[in-house]
Amino acid sequence: MTEQGRWNKDSPLYLDYQATTPTDPRVVEKMLPYFSVKFGNPHSRSHHYGWEAEEAVEEARAQIAALIGATPKEIIFTSGATESNNLALKGVGRFYKDKKNHIITCVTEHKCVLDTCRHLEQEGFDITYLPVQENGLIDLAVLKAAITDKTVIVSIMAVNNEIGVIQPIAEIGAMCREKGIFFHTDGAQAVGKIPIDVDAMNIDLMSISGHKMYGPMGIGVLYVRRRPRVRLVAMINGGGQERGMRSGTLPTPLCVGLGEAAAIAAKEMGAEAERLKMLRDRFYAGINERLSETYLNGDLEHRIPGNLNISFAYVEGEGLMMGINELAVSSGSACTSASLEPSYVLRALGVEEELAHTSLRIGLGRFTTEEEVDYAVDKIAREVTRLRLMSPLWEMAQEGIDIKSIEWAEH
Amino acid sequence: MAYSDKLLDHYENPRNVGAMDKDDNNVGTGLVGAPACGDVMKLQIMVSEDGIIEDAKFKTFGCGSAIASSSLVTEWVKGKTVDEAAMIKNTEIAQELALPPVKIHCSVLAEDAIKAAVSDYKAKKAEKTEAAE
Repeated sequence: MTEQGRWNKDSPLYLDYQATTPTDPRVVEKMLPYFSVKFGNPHSRSHHYGWEAEEAVEEARAQIAALIGATPKEIIFTSGATESNNLALKGVGRFYKDKKNHIITCVTEHKCVLDTCRHLEQEGFDITYLPVQENGLIDLAVLKAAITDKTVIVSIMAVNNEIGVIQPIAEIGAMCREKGIFFHTDGAQAVGKIPIDVDAMNIDLMSISGHKMYGPMGIGVLYVRRRPRVRLVAMINGGGQERGMRSGTLPTPLCVGLGEAAAIAAKEMGAEAERLKMLRDRFYAGINERLSETYLNGDLEHRIPGNLNISFAYVEGEGLMMGINELAVSSGSACTSASLEPSYVLRALGVEEELAHTSLRIGLGRFTTEEEVDYAVDKIAREVTRLRLMSPLWEMAQEGIDIKSIEWAEH
Repeated sequence: MAYSDKLLDHYENPRNVGAMDKDDNNVGTGLVGAPACGDVMKLQIMVSEDGIIEDAKFKTFGCGSAIASSSLVTEWVKGKTVDEAAMIKNTEIAQELALPPVKIHCSVLAEDAIKAAVSDYKAKKAEKTEAAE
């Protein structure tokens, strides 16, 4: 990609927008002065440099609050969504631990939520990991049944990072509010992509990531509701910045960048979503026109517009990626890692292991063009066709042999 | 991860892709791996009356290293006796293709595929001899 995020065919075509997004050039532009001439410490109260930086940080805070229907005081800056998720769960959990020690989350959450919950289990918390249905969504009745009088917080992601499905956030929020339970949502893949209103959806805490919404890396937000008040134990102690919830000098340029990214999203989200949906549908239709036996993982209806996760039966994902190395995508096959386990998210949906190994995640975004979509579809279709002709499983399928009928030696 | 030129060449221009009649008495078929693990190799050898491998074919479901490993061994086994072929070690394959450590299992699978094809061929031969007696 060039500076503007445009593809120039000298470097791989970027189709991995759920991993990260390029920082919007308008965001970079707005950040630059805060590295040099406006370099002040936003917490310096005694001179111009500090005031200038503080003003910029507060403007950013207001921009982010406006995007999600919050008030600026409810925006706590962090280093990213991982820290925000840690702070939400550990912070709230530890504050209320004497009264309540049960946390509900979901098996398809991001690793930083699941790993945090594992640690909290060691501290004596009970964690319920809700299953998901075949379409990747949780069943509200199952959630309701899991709630006990010891439940302190429910943490369910708004949008899944692998399959892009949108959980019924408003319904979960309403259920939690009614029962007096805090509701935290990991909004890293949702904020700036789909409309989120913390009041309408009864969200008490929400994690936001800068670099997933065309802002800079290294900055995120934890939204913490003030009415009704959510209290938490800080993880990082120090000068008491961010209402005592997260000490440390704020990185002014990063805060400004995330603020600007939020302002752009607020303005352009609707049109962008429409355009991405058109591109996504074009992509999916193109693939289906050229190839048989492809399977979409996760619900198509309740899904962000910029995501596709497709299994190309009988072709192993990593082998496929080597053949389409002009495309930067990711695979549900985890063959490169030490374990041979495929994606835990796909497995949670009930996708068979052999199909999970054949999946690609395709992420479209702000700078993706129709030309790029057509190029990628053609490339993938050709390579899948080539590899299928080389696949013993494809051969068996063509001969009508059920590969499940064979006794494979698992290795 | 950087792959060697040899590996990429075998992946992009795989040698001896195809299938032989598995019911032919001179053909030995090895099918190893498992779809659930993300690797399946099918290797077939055509053996002459004097025990020399005249031809070899493969089909592989797997990553680039698995495809390249199986392509390579189809070249290596040709002209060898079945016993010589069965002596090919996974370390030789891994070395030739400069496989990274996480991909060593691909070379192990290729070695297993040869052994499986040879033993299938030998089993057929034994059956035939028995039937003749």
